[in-house]
Amino acid sequence: MATAATIDPMLPQPYSVRQVAKETPDTFTLTLEASNGAGGNRFQPGQFSMLWVFGVGELPISISGDPAERDRLVYTVRSVGQATHALVSREVGDGVGVRGPFGTGWPMEKAEGRDVLVIAGGIGLAPLRPVIYEVLHNRERYGRLVVLYGARSPRDLLYRKELAAWARRRETQVLVTVDYGGLSWRGHVGVVTTLFKFARLQPARSMAFACGPEIMMRFVARDLETHGLARENIYLSMERNMKCAVGFCGHCQYGPHFVCKDGPIFPYDRMRPLLEKYEL
Amino acid sequence: MEALERIIAEHPFFAGLESYYTNLLTGCAANVRFDAGTYIFKEGEEANEFYLIRSGKVALEIFAPQRKPVMLATLAEGEILGWSWLLPPYQWRFHAHALETVRAIALDGKCLRTKCEDNHDLGYEMLKRFARIMEQRLEATCLQLLDVYAVGK
Repeated sequence: MATAATIDPMLPQPYSVRQVAKETPDTFTLTLEASNGAGGNRFQPGQFSMLWVFGVGELPISISGDPAERDRLVYTVRSVGQATHALVSREVGDGVGVRGPFGTGWPMEKAEGRDVLVIAGGIGLAPLRPVIYEVLHNRERYGRLVVLYGARSPRDLLYRKELAAWARRRETQVLVTVDYGGLSWRGHVGVVTTLFKFARLQPARSMAFACGPEIMMRFVARDLETHGLARENIYLSMERNMKCAVGFCGHCQYGPHFVCKDGPIFPYDRMRPLLEKYEL
Repeated sequence: MEALERIIAEHPFFAGLESYYTNLLTGCAANVRFDAGTYIFKEGEEANEFYLIRSGKVALEIFAPQRKPVMLATLAEGEILGWSWLLPPYQWRFHAHALETVRAIALDGKCLRTKCEDNHDLGYEMLKRFARIMEQRLEATCLQLLDVYAVGK
């Protein structure tokens, strides 16, 4: 995959669907494997691919799988339009074109020796799941792992079994909240920032990675600063309309940045002025 | 009494409060426990106390006619339940429902109001702390209203 991207990043490589798993009523996880049987899919947590549904269109989708599983690429996709609906409707054995991986990853090396705070909203947990795998596979390299996850309602929670399994791992704290809890829900109700007070944060020795709707990340970053995290230790995953994915077309321009090439992972100190601009 | 004062002094809500004031507050405090499933208070009832939650989880609920109760937020260890005791007409605006067994310190609102009137420094300390809680809850409610995870947002 990396070799193909190096040769021609604009040329989709043929992959086929190995598995489709329903996560929520509108969100699915697709596992793809190279049609020629080649493994060696390398990616950094936080990177994305361009997935081509032949005859429909191409979509930027973050990789949500385990970086250690090199025989596959895993994507979690929410069906919100024609192209995403076509993608999640693929069946086992169907073909999908894959370009990438593209973009910057979460700064895992910088996080070594520190507590890793993962803050996700909605489908924003997908680009962060590789971070969680990476930390859990290399437990000795990192401090505590804290996962704070907010979703709209209990039925919208991704990876429910994994969340429960992660919570049982040593030095790992997983807190989940929903904006709207039904009467049978016994977990937290409230936005994800309301979980900070339960997270036993050690701001001076923590790195925070956040992904979710932009307004959520703005509030998250601001509250993290209030809790004492330095701006340069807060990273956000930005999303814009990626097309070429290599910084040529300009569709994903965000202020002076191309999100596809300079991002999608950015330090908060670079994003803060842009997050506060109207209609950007 | 000493244990009660220590618990109050160590509660995050009262962080940094001088011991003179925690001593004053302790005179209005009592340990309470609510079983899972019980209502700590209901909308419209007289609001005569607030609670420092020590353990357990409380749901704030609101009722609308012909609808099931809506859970607005949950509160847990280290949080504060109730500020209606502070402002007229001293009536609860929501239901508070113990989702789990809840252990808390109840502070008598009438007793506290009298002490705050007598000692405005204490009153100011209390208002600063409650204003912060109100700001946080207002902001959280605004984010909930934005419904940021909905499709197309």
